[in-house]
Amino acid sequence: MEVNTGVLVIGAGAAGMFAALAAEGIGASVLLVDKSLVARGGATVMAQMTVAAAIAHQVPDSPAAHLADTVAAGRGLCDESLARLLAEEAPDRILDLDGWGVGWAREDGHIRQVIAPGHSVPRCVYVDFLNTGPAVARTLHTQVNRRPHIKRVSNLYVVELIVVEGRACGALAFDVETGVPVQITAQSVVIATGGLARLYSRNSASANISGDGYSLALRAGAELVDMEFVQFFPIGHLAPRLVGMDPIMWDPFRYKLGGRLLNGNFEEFVERWGGVDSGKYISTRDLVTYAIIKENQAGRGSPSGGAYLSFQHIDETELRRAFGPIIDRLERNGIDLTRMPVEVAPIAHYHMGGVKVDTAMRSSVKGLYAAGEAVGGSNGANRLSGNALSEAFVFGHRAGVEAAAFASGNEASVSASIWRGAVLRHEERSKQKRHADFPSPTSLISKLQAEMWSNVGPFRTEVKLARALRWIQECQRMLLELPLGDDGPFQQTRTDWYDLRVLLDCAECVTRAALERKESRGSHQREDYPATANEFLGHYGISAQREGMALSWHPQEQDVAGKKK
Amino acid sequence: MSGSEERVARLRILRGQEREAGHLEEYEVPNGVGGSVLDALVWIRAHVDPSLAVRYSCTNANVCKECTVLIDGRVAFACTTRVGAEPMTVAPLPGKRLIRDLVTDIVPPLEHLSHLSIDK
Repeated sequence: MEVNTGVLVIGAGAAGMFAALAAEGIGASVLLVDKSLVARGGATVMAQMTVAAAIAHQVPDSPAAHLADTVAAGRGLCDESLARLLAEEAPDRILDLDGWGVGWAREDGHIRQVIAPGHSVPRCVYVDFLNTGPAVARTLHTQVNRRPHIKRVSNLYVVELIVVEGRACGALAFDVETGVPVQITAQSVVIATGGLARLYSRNSASANISGDGYSLALRAGAELVDMEFVQFFPIGHLAPRLVGMDPIMWDPFRYKLGGRLLNGNFEEFVERWGGVDSGKYISTRDLVTYAIIKENQAGRGSPSGGAYLSFQHIDETELRRAFGPIIDRLERNGIDLTRMPVEVAPIAHYHMGGVKVDTAMRSSVKGLYAAGEAVGGSNGANRLSGNALSEAFVFGHRAGVEAAAFASGNEASVSASIWRGAVLRHEERSKQKRHADFPSPTSLISKLQAEMWSNVGPFRTEVKLARALRWIQECQRMLLELPLGDDGPFQQTRTDWYDLRVLLDCAECVTRAALERKESRGSHQREDYPATANEFLGHYGISAQREGMALSWHPQEQDVAGKKK
Repeated sequence: MSGSEERVARLRILRGQEREAGHLEEYEVPNGVGGSVLDALVWIRAHVDPSLAVRYSCTNANVCKECTVLIDGRVAFACTTRVGAEPMTVAPLPGKRLIRDLVTDIVPPLEHLSHLSIDK
């Protein structure tokens, strides 16, 4: 099957939908595809928390103050031109959504803004009772559906970008239900596929957050950056087993109520490792993750290997008011917060690294753009809470505008022989012989996740990283021998094969960059190099060369224009 | 602790591409792997039978609604239903076109690939 479009947007979360709306808004035809369901797969719908934007409804605030907080959290490594764009344009995007009826929580006639860790003022907007992500996804979906020139396709899996003479001209995809290849010719392409948290066995991601965009961009010749910086969310739910609730659900209640973080001896401990706690909840994520792991190493963890989070000091009426209907769902899970603490521990959550872009969201490949979490650089070594959705909105919008401008008057054409080659590569994988004693890609994914959690997690060493890299390379060799899934409808072994390839590409990038960065900074902590070192004030870029992946060094650029203001 | 690890949950899953011709397959899942029916289904795919088809995305946040199936005759989310001591029967959602095993066609009509080709 063959399809033509102006702008192809891969991934239909907030970044992809904002890109589609912006591109269509200036006259482009858009094809918006998702390997899961439009607006329902991916990370946006799971965002329970807040969105940071200096709209200054609550207290005086400015984009400059938002930028300063972002840069401080990023431990010296934010791409300040991207962080500045985020801070400056986030208010407009928040108001776009407000106009579309997203339902930001309000008080006294204005949008309510709350404090979140790392912010100097109450800056974060939200939709109440863990509904921020679902409300954003639903609102954008409604807008997208109303636009006549946005075509949407769910369950379409993109496996390869088509690059002709150095320019992105479309993609080869397959229909998840039937396996049928789809040739998409596009004048420009936007990658909006989110992060890679599924790389780790303990993760807060949806099943499709495998890092598709990083792998697609890398294989198309684009450069990635900051791939060693994976954000581990410090207080992911650990025990008792919680069914039907997101493991990162505790965060909004901590900033509403100030839950206390305690070690296995019921002592506060974040101060011991350089943070501030006392129920104030202002320490950044990298620091709290570090503190919880250090307490466990010292033998003072909670019984399941994390820390206690306690709301027992808070009055029951107050708890009920803050938690709303959530408290009944907790009760059904046997959790009574007035009587017991829960156990929490770090969980893979977000990726700071990604496709290297300029402020027009252009990658190093002509016609190829990135948006949202797929972009690397704006968050440096540690993302400030509340910036994930802001960057999805801002970078999505910007990528849509720029990709549409490029598409206009830049006809793309892909020769029949190029298509034949791409389709053949896909089909030949189906013809691979099945070895009875080979593991399935499905089982290898869970083995890879365990390997990454043990050896490339929040705490790293040369020995563990080198071991992981050998395992990854072994698995990459094995993958080439594994057949794609059988024919027949909705063969998930087929998607598992491609997911494994994508995950292995990402695993190799994260591990290689982590090996090179012989210091500890933000989310990247090396037990063998515990200090932050000035010589590492810069970024590792990664690109795919004929002989394998190649790293390059980019010193940190000072944002001169910004400094002058 | 170790006692509960050894116990197993039993799931009977309706499989096949046609509802009438479907057959029940029984799987045993160690109790320790997680609490929800979806945890059990994901474990079966990774450890026993990767050919089992089941739609899911958000995994345990109860927001994507992709894992809606029939559990012991009632429409439910696999991610919010706990596995129990008694064997449970899991079948595809009724009233939707069956694609295979537990996967039904829940894609909105305008988001189908077929719609794209008709439109052109």
